[in-house]
Amino acid sequence: MTSGADETRQGHRYVRSMAGWWHRNPVYFWYMVREVTAVGVAVYALVLLAGVVSLALGEASWNRWLAAMRSPASIALHVLLLAGMVCHAWSWFAIMPKTMPMLFVGGKRVAASTITRAGYAAAVAAAALLVALAWWLRP
Amino acid sequence: MTTLRLRPSRAPLLWLLFGAGGMLAALVGPMLVFITGIAVPLGWPLPADLLSYPRAMSFAQNWVARAFLLAVIALFAWHAAHRIFHVLHDLGWPTGRLAVLACYGTAALVTVVALVALVAVGA
Repeated sequence: MTSGADETRQGHRYVRSMAGWWHRNPVYFWYMVREVTAVGVAVYALVLLAGVVSLALGEASWNRWLAAMRSPASIALHVLLLAGMVCHAWSWFAIMPKTMPMLFVGGKRVAASTITRAGYAAAVAAAALLVALAWWLRP
Repeated sequence: MTTLRLRPSRAPLLWLLFGAGGMLAALVGPMLVFITGIAVPLGWPLPADLLSYPRAMSFAQNWVARAFLLAVIALFAWHAAHRIFHVLHDLGWPTGRLAVLACYGTAALVTVVALVALVAVGA
């Protein structure tokens, strides 16, 4: 439109507010939900960090960490963290067709849904592997 | 004649750490949270003494297990740092030096502390 100088002189320069932009549109809302799962990932990294530091400090501190993990507040936190991790995994593979380079097999581009499904399958396989490992290591 | 000085960008490295952490979290995150935060503390469906001190020690003294623990802790931290830093921008919060330090500095600190602790466990 007109030059910015005119508008600023009148003191009416229009700048559209960005406040609350992400909850006006469901696409942006889900974008923000996906981004905020990172807070859960960070919290879990700190929980595990506290665990390995406690382990390094000896048996008494390790048992304190275990006791803290058994507290109702910790269980509730981990239920939330689990929901956040599932949300992260779901969205990670849902957008993977857009974040990875185009994939061609036999001269044809691999469909986005195929990439997403392969990701979900890999996540289920990895989860099964972890359960199998924990089951095999159990006393 | 002016010379153009190009500084290598940190962006590809940060994105690589973000991507690696995001992939690892998507693959093992949910089950790890369930095992360490719900199943073992409740003693169901896994026994509570799966993570008793001698068992946790012998697990963490295995090289593969130790590398896995370090990868999970460090990459989760770098992934989260990168995403949270960009969310700050999306929400219109200042993303200057302080935000860089708070996000990526924390991830670097987490990595160093995890490394020292895991080396100490093995010693």
